[in-house]
Amino acid sequence: MQAPQALTSLQVGQSATIHALHVEPNFQFRLNGLGFRVGKSIEIMRMAPFNGPLHLKLDNTEVMLRQQDAAKIEILV
Amino acid sequence: MKRIALIGMPNAGKSTLFNRMSGASAKVANWPGVTVDLLSAKLLMAGTMTELVDLPGIYDLHGFSDDEQIVRHFLCNNTIDLILIVANATQIERQLSLALQLKSLGLPAVLLLNMEDEAKKLGISINADQLGKELGYPVALLSAKYGHGYNDAYKLIESELQKSHAKPILSLEKDFAIDQDVEDKLASIVRHTVDVPTDSSDIMTQKLDAILLHKWFGLPLFFTIMYLLFEAVYTIGAPLQDAVAWLLEGFRDIALAPLFSVLPDLLNSFLLEGVYDGVATVASFVPVIIIFFLFMAIIEDSGYLSRAAFLMDALMSRLGLDGRGFVMLLMGFGCNVPALMGTRTMRSRGLRLLTMLVIPFSLCSARLQVFVFMTTALFTPSQAPLVLFSLYLMTFATVIITALLFKGRYNSQEPLALELPPYRLPTARQMILRGWHEVKHFLRRATKFITLGVVLVWIVVNMPYGVEPASAASWSGWIGEFMSPLLSPAGINPELTVALIFGFVAKEIVIGALAVIYGMEGSALMNGLALQIDWVQAYSFMLFTLIYTPCLATIATLRAESKSDWYTLLALAWPLTLAWVTSVSFYQLARFLGY
Repeated sequence: MQAPQALTSLQVGQSATIHALHVEPNFQFRLNGLGFRVGKSIEIMRMAPFNGPLHLKLDNTEVMLRQQDAAKIEILV
Repeated sequence: MKRIALIGMPNAGKSTLFNRMSGASAKVANWPGVTVDLLSAKLLMAGTMTELVDLPGIYDLHGFSDDEQIVRHFLCNNTIDLILIVANATQIERQLSLALQLKSLGLPAVLLLNMEDEAKKLGISINADQLGKELGYPVALLSAKYGHGYNDAYKLIESELQKSHAKPILSLEKDFAIDQDVEDKLASIVRHTVDVPTDSSDIMTQKLDAILLHKWFGLPLFFTIMYLLFEAVYTIGAPLQDAVAWLLEGFRDIALAPLFSVLPDLLNSFLLEGVYDGVATVASFVPVIIIFFLFMAIIEDSGYLSRAAFLMDALMSRLGLDGRGFVMLLMGFGCNVPALMGTRTMRSRGLRLLTMLVIPFSLCSARLQVFVFMTTALFTPSQAPLVLFSLYLMTFATVIITALLFKGRYNSQEPLALELPPYRLPTARQMILRGWHEVKHFLRRATKFITLGVVLVWIVVNMPYGVEPASAASWSGWIGEFMSPLLSPAGINPELTVALIFGFVAKEIVIGALAVIYGMEGSALMNGLALQIDWVQAYSFMLFTLIYTPCLATIATLRAESKSDWYTLLALAWPLTLAWVTSVSFYQLARFLGY
């Protein structure tokens, strides 16, 4: 197992495990509600045009998340 | 009377269940402790009158968004006999958290696992009995959309309601202060009761996304689809509008005109050329509006709107807005008022105010009626849809200008996470309900200000007593004369000016007003209008109509949502200024170029 890294360092099509959420408390509520919890597996499906948000998949939930926010999520590959 | 509240995450199908339970009897109402109106319905359940309240979709009972505060304040200010927790069965592993939070508050509830059909298709199996035991709430599986399992769920709700006694009201400080850690419990319950196959993806959604969210084709496809939709609304709607106008005209000539001819002239004119012509002209557009909303219903329920947010977010963020704002603009094509209320999910005030400033530029269905009318009157059938589409593009142009001008003032760094639900098709039942809802909405507006509007227009056109209607000597003539230094540079004549002034109340009044002012309706009015003004004047008038204040209801909503008089004033003054500048520039340039 490697050291934790930012979610944005993953390539499209790769998946990893969530290690930590370094976001403000309110946004953490929203992320938890959407299924972002430590230990969960997460996959990057695609990236939007013009360097836009990421299309992510956690279990049966698909979510879009801006790259600047995704950078605050730590993962373990 | 007993009270039931519906609680669930966004996209859990809460509204679908609410509609199924309430039929079409829902009403908006005020609630203690809550500043916004909520939908509710009265039902007879297990022999007791029961009030069913639909609370906004939330992710977390402890969250800080407006919607989450609304739910908390509702729970702290109203007694509740039973809570229905609606959760999407395919996403039970995360949506169960809300049920656990409610359990730790000690509230009586039933867990309804919705979309059981989708879960079955994905091979997800849930042991409802075991889940109910571990959770401490009765559980039912159902599909609110198709009705499977609904009867059993309804019986369960009734029996729980009979058992339950109204709980004492919660206290905001005490009850919501402790944040129970639900994480471990959530994981353990799901492990015991839910069986998910290793690959449970929705193949259809994956395939569609590969095309519709494609890096290069996604955006062009989106705009092509939108164009085809608007073209379809026009192609199907315009002949229907024609047919209804013909019917209403026939009714007037065959039945009403002979009947009213015994009345004194002034009263005859008031009833026939005032009330009937005005309201009938507006009513002829009901089919266009229904078709438009049926298409909207398909798009909204399909899950494609959140894809639009995904595709457009990067561009919108350069304007200081986000993907949600883009979706709200699209919703605004239906009606600006719910689109404005949809900004409640935004937490940053700057972002919210900027989004609310641009939403009123959305070409709503009321303005669509004016434009279908004017384009049919002044352009050839092949030009008309293109002219209409150019006005939709104008919506985006005005949004871009406004956002760039004001984004410095209203900036934000709000993070954004949005769910992309699987693609779905609405059922025929949902479509019919939606169409019916729009007819009701129209009738409500018609009985309120459309009738009042055309009556007022008739008065200014025909007063003082004895003048030639709409002539320079009438009140409308005076108003037109008074405003002409301001509006004649835009090619807007005194008659159109009067229509614009009354259009401030609601855009439907504009065509009703034209019918009254020109003393004609239906095809006669279209022909008459084509003789009075040319296409340059008509387009300038449409630009003005598109950009200035959409209606009183929008202004009232802007005021209620922003809670600021200065902001409301800005949201009133800026579009007026922009409308004037745009119309005058267009008109002068077109004339200069020799059109």
